[in-house]
Amino acid sequence: MSAVEWQPRSEDFARATDADRRRGEQRLVRPSISYWQDAWRRLKRNPRAVVSLGIVVALSLFTIAGPWVWRVNPAAQDIDQISRPPGAGGTGRIVEPYIQWAGVTTETLATAGSALATNIRLAEPATTQAVRLEWAPAANASGYHVYRNISSPRVGRALGLPLAEIIDPHRVSFEDRFDLEPVKYWYSIVALDANGAEADDYAVFEVEPAMVITAEEAADRGWIADAGAVRVGDMVALPNHPLGTDYLGRDMLSRLMHGARVSLFIGVVAPLLFVFFGIVYGSTAGFAGGRIDQLMMRVADFVVALPFLLFMILFRIAFGVQPGESGVLPMLVALVLLSWPSTARLVRGQVLQIRNEGYIGASRLLGARTGYLVFRHMIPNTIGVILVTLTFEVPRVIFIEAFLSFIGMGVAPPTPSWGSMSNEGIKTMLAHPHELLFPALFISVAVLAFNLLGDGLRDALDVRLRGRE
Amino acid sequence: MLAYILKRLVQGAVTVWFIATATFVAMHAVPGDPLRGERIANEQILANLEARYGLDKPLLEQYVVYIGGMLRGDFGLSYVQQNRRVNDIIREHFPVSATLGILAMAFATVGGVLWGALTAIYRNRLPDVVIMFAVIVGISVPSFVVAAFSQLALVSLNSAFGSSLLPVAGWGTVWHMLVPALVLGLSTMAYLTRLMRSSMLDITTSDFVRTARAKGLPPTRIFLRHQLRNAILPVVTVLGPQIALITTGGFVVELVFAIPGLGRYFVDAVHQLDYTVIMGTTTFYGAFLVFMVLVVDVLYSFIDPRVTLE
Amino acid sequence: MAQPNIANRDPMSRAATRQLLWIAGAALVGLALLLAALGWAATLTGGGAAATHALDFKTRTVTTSIRNDVPQLDSSRSKDIESYNILHTVMEGLLRYDNNSNLVPGVADRWEVDGARVTFYLRENARWSDGKPVTAHDFVFAWRLAVIPETASEYAFLLYPVKNGEAINRGEMPPESLGVRAASDRVLEVELQNAIAYFPKLTAAQTYYPIREDFFKSRNGRYAADTEDLLYNGAFRITRWVHGASLRMEKNDLYWDKDSIWLNAIDIAYITTDAVARLNLFQDGRIADVDYLPGEALDQVLQQRWSLRRFNDGSMWFIELNFREDRLTRNFHLRRALQLANDPAELVFKVLKTPSFTPAESLFPSTMKGEHGLFRQQYPPPHVPTDLTEARKELELARQELGLDTFPPLVLLADDTPAAITHSEYLQEYLRRNLGLEIRIDRQNFRQRLEKQQQGEFDLTLKGWSADYDDPLSWADLFASWNLNNNGRYDNPALDAQVRIAMQSLDESERYRAFAEVQRILIEDAVIVMAYERGVMYVQDPRLKNVGRRFMGPPTDYSRAYITEEP
Repeated sequence: MSAVEWQPRSEDFARATDADRRRGEQRLVRPSISYWQDAWRRLKRNPRAVVSLGIVVALSLFTIAGPWVWRVNPAAQDIDQISRPPGAGGTGRIVEPYIQWAGVTTETLATAGSALATNIRLAEPATTQAVRLEWAPAANASGYHVYRNISSPRVGRALGLPLAEIIDPHRVSFEDRFDLEPVKYWYSIVALDANGAEADDYAVFEVEPAMVITAEEAADRGWIADAGAVRVGDMVALPNHPLGTDYLGRDMLSRLMHGARVSLFIGVVAPLLFVFFGIVYGSTAGFAGGRIDQLMMRVADFVVALPFLLFMILFRIAFGVQPGESGVLPMLVALVLLSWPSTARLVRGQVLQIRNEGYIGASRLLGARTGYLVFRHMIPNTIGVILVTLTFEVPRVIFIEAFLSFIGMGVAPPTPSWGSMSNEGIKTMLAHPHELLFPALFISVAVLAFNLLGDGLRDALDVRLRGRE
Repeated sequence: MLAYILKRLVQGAVTVWFIATATFVAMHAVPGDPLRGERIANEQILANLEARYGLDKPLLEQYVVYIGGMLRGDFGLSYVQQNRRVNDIIREHFPVSATLGILAMAFATVGGVLWGALTAIYRNRLPDVVIMFAVIVGISVPSFVVAAFSQLALVSLNSAFGSSLLPVAGWGTVWHMLVPALVLGLSTMAYLTRLMRSSMLDITTSDFVRTARAKGLPPTRIFLRHQLRNAILPVVTVLGPQIALITTGGFVVELVFAIPGLGRYFVDAVHQLDYTVIMGTTTFYGAFLVFMVLVVDVLYSFIDPRVTLE
Repeated sequence: MAQPNIANRDPMSRAATRQLLWIAGAALVGLALLLAALGWAATLTGGGAAATHALDFKTRTVTTSIRNDVPQLDSSRSKDIESYNILHTVMEGLLRYDNNSNLVPGVADRWEVDGARVTFYLRENARWSDGKPVTAHDFVFAWRLAVIPETASEYAFLLYPVKNGEAINRGEMPPESLGVRAASDRVLEVELQNAIAYFPKLTAAQTYYPIREDFFKSRNGRYAADTEDLLYNGAFRITRWVHGASLRMEKNDLYWDKDSIWLNAIDIAYITTDAVARLNLFQDGRIADVDYLPGEALDQVLQQRWSLRRFNDGSMWFIELNFREDRLTRNFHLRRALQLANDPAELVFKVLKTPSFTPAESLFPSTMKGEHGLFRQQYPPPHVPTDLTEARKELELARQELGLDTFPPLVLLADDTPAAITHSEYLQEYLRRNLGLEIRIDRQNFRQRLEKQQQGEFDLTLKGWSADYDDPLSWADLFASWNLNNNGRYDNPALDAQVRIAMQSLDESERYRAFAEVQRILIEDAVIVMAYERGVMYVQDPRLKNVGRRFMGPPTDYSRAYITEEP
């Protein structure tokens, strides 16, 4: 343009009319939309948000519809299937109920002895109900020790689990009922000398018990219609546990479904509540400044320093949660009351950073009130930090809920929750990793969903990205 | 500045007093009697025990006695460890927790800032995805599991090398603290990574960075002076309380690695209702927390000139 | 649609990454410096024992771990297991336990029982670690100290058989009136309240250990607070004690039996309750044994092919029922139903899964000695086989007697320990399925469970008990109506009468018949529902021998152990 001075005319500041548009002086590519509308648009198109939405839908289906599809009682214990790995099932034979065994003594057994207890044999076929062993007595034995291992004890005298100490030299039999599974066992019998010390030699016997169940137990657990329908010797199908069982033989899948309710409820609602409160609190403090800010922050410090466990116990009493009852609502309240300060502090920090910015001052001059400033300016600018906090609070709260249920506040047994299942799974994580793996996996998935949603939200709500696509 | 610090110290003292009072009230409201043992003693013995610990006096008087003692720096005698003064317990075990906590925070901060910055630079590319995945897995797994697995890893490492590279548990040298501090700082590191990433992304798209680039400043200068420095503020915000929490929350790590820190004593004290230890430790931690928050607030003003202290 | 990644453009990210690497390098240097500083700080607070090995044949040292810190080494007040183990190693009473739980002479090399008078003759060469001899005056002082109300010792009741012991403990009489006096430096005369058969056995308890008066007073209230606040008359002395971290004991050359002590040092280098951590230390060759292994840890042990061993720890676990007026469990048929439905074998073998536990049939342990041989072989308990049909019948009778339509929920009070959790959850489901009873689990932590138990706020509760001294009376009087530890307040004059016979009679046969009667009443009246007899699983380095593992007395004793070069 030439260096002619341009004198502004009032018409220049008039809104463009349709006529102007058609003339092409100003071409609006698309309709004007507000900040929130723009955010929503971007959110819908954000791949992360879409994925997270998918996960949320899947989890909801799992929680709500799951128990209808997989109708297994989460509290039903199956003592014979404790800590079975995923895909457990198989078949079992029906047998008579357990009758005590008198065992065998040297009076009823007439065989010569050697220093080594030899000739171990089964008194009857081995089943998971009992393994009955008898052996030829050893000379000069004052008693016997019985061991059981899951691998051959020949190497390095690793005899395994000490099952019994028999201090009667005449007793040459042993009935094993300890945690029998249909796997291979190696039994070792060691003779004891006059002082009760073990001999160097020992006899070994290998056996694999067959899986059995009594008719009454099978009917009890709902595997067959009624006990009269089967006879001894029939085979029944053991229920299938797609994700295995826990330390009391309860079905993992069903527990995960029922546990989702508590965990997701607490894990979502509690963080939302206390983050919300933290935002309000923190931005007020940050904006207000001066004495009010100091007072509010000291209150926040005070809440953080309180001993968590102590106050949780106190809340439980205050809310009158009876022993053995579930107190989910009191737990929620207590959690919210004790967890807001970190968010408040974060938000306050952000507010301190931007409250002296030019546009804030300008807004104020234009007559904006604090509430408007918070909602319209502060929050969008702090949204990134807030969302991160929210994401991290979800698993933290789930684990706190587990801990609280553990101490009697929260859900009472046998109601499951993902956090308490994780706690229980820790105990056997080396031997039976699936008990820890599955709840932790589900927690991860929930956290992932929130993470992605948070990312998507962040991108959608970021002021500076507005209008960029 | 000095006036501000003094003012904050006074406020801190008041806060600590509130904390002590609230804890006192809570403790006595919780059912359970610290003097009861498995073997029931007769009334005379119980009465004498109560007299020795001053529990027979009315609550208000107990409170006054207690606060008086605290002002003189005397937290009283432990109920469980009957010959030890709470002062001794704190004096002997807090430095352990603090040392571990400081190292854990150092790991967490360095790790968090660096990983976070990395994910922000390589946003949506492979490093970002990998690190974010690690972060999510990291926070979804209970801390006890992480501790136990890392100890197992140490054992395997030692046996693979045939000799002891790193101690598996215990306390006493710098090698004892490496792995426990790492485990302790892991969740904070995850949090800081995420926070740093978010914060850096905010800054990266902000006006003044774009201005700097438009001005033609060399990229390195932009990064360090502008982006990193401003993005670090939220990290600093959480640092103060986090360090206080790490020293108190080291319970799991102390248990698994057999470290004689204050966290274990505190948790045991709550279980056993050891009044004096609970009060003494809570008050001490409270004071520590308040102090750390003050440090953080002062740091703010140094990092971000826009922040004014009043 | 990608977000404008301003930082994504290559020159920028390359530059940024380079700078990041520089910063990372600087940070690592900073960390190294920090490590050095903190490392120095750690050695100040440290537990020492940094690089010891589990067993050292040359220096005759064994390194081990304990689960909890040692809270109280003042023998007059000590009440926990860890303290008891240590006290038994560094001090000695009139009698002591050998590795097989038998009582053998300790400071006293012989004693005479004459009705209600017992005279102990102390050894010539029993010495304190500062060289001075152990005298009868030390016992007199210690016993008086334990019994006065100001000490508030929880185990003062062990001194009640001594004349005026109970009265002094109630504050009714002065300590000097306690029935014990030093006839001379080496003769201790004890006068009992009533003649009892089992008094010498009591003196092995730590409450009866000697304490020297001048030393005690010289510590100004800090007796037993630290290493220098203790005098030792046992096989070892404590040479270093870092609370919560480690404790080291070295051979006491002034001990009268020092020639039978092979070890030079016992080093407790780690303190933690986490069994897996201790197993890891064991695997790493740092400690010589790990005891109190939980069921879940066993798989790791089996995989490592270590030898697992077990010993009974002498405690019995059962379900205690509430006999107070307002409790349903007061009804006999309800109790009988619970007893008949009870299946301890299933609980132990399939649920708790620790091979060292055994299903219990009677309150008296299987290891308890009788007149000749084991008590339970001489007097087998009446057998109550699990019978669900009978149980349901009894339950129906109970329902009718109580006039109920259905049973309201019963409260089961339990700890929050893993075993208690498993047990209580199993029981809840088991009783629901088999008897249709609804059980609410009141899960409390230690202090609150104690309080509720002792105040009787439960219908059922899981309880464990172990003997305080080596006599069946320690079990038999648990349910006497006057015993405060009888949390359910069971009150049966017949049982009380039998307990009194056992307390007062001097005739062994008569006493054991009384115990058998008590055993019968407990079972036939369904006073409690037995669960299991607890045992301890442990692993031990095969080169370490002769470690005392007892069901009576201090559970773990290394004092007479020795190390062989080959396993």
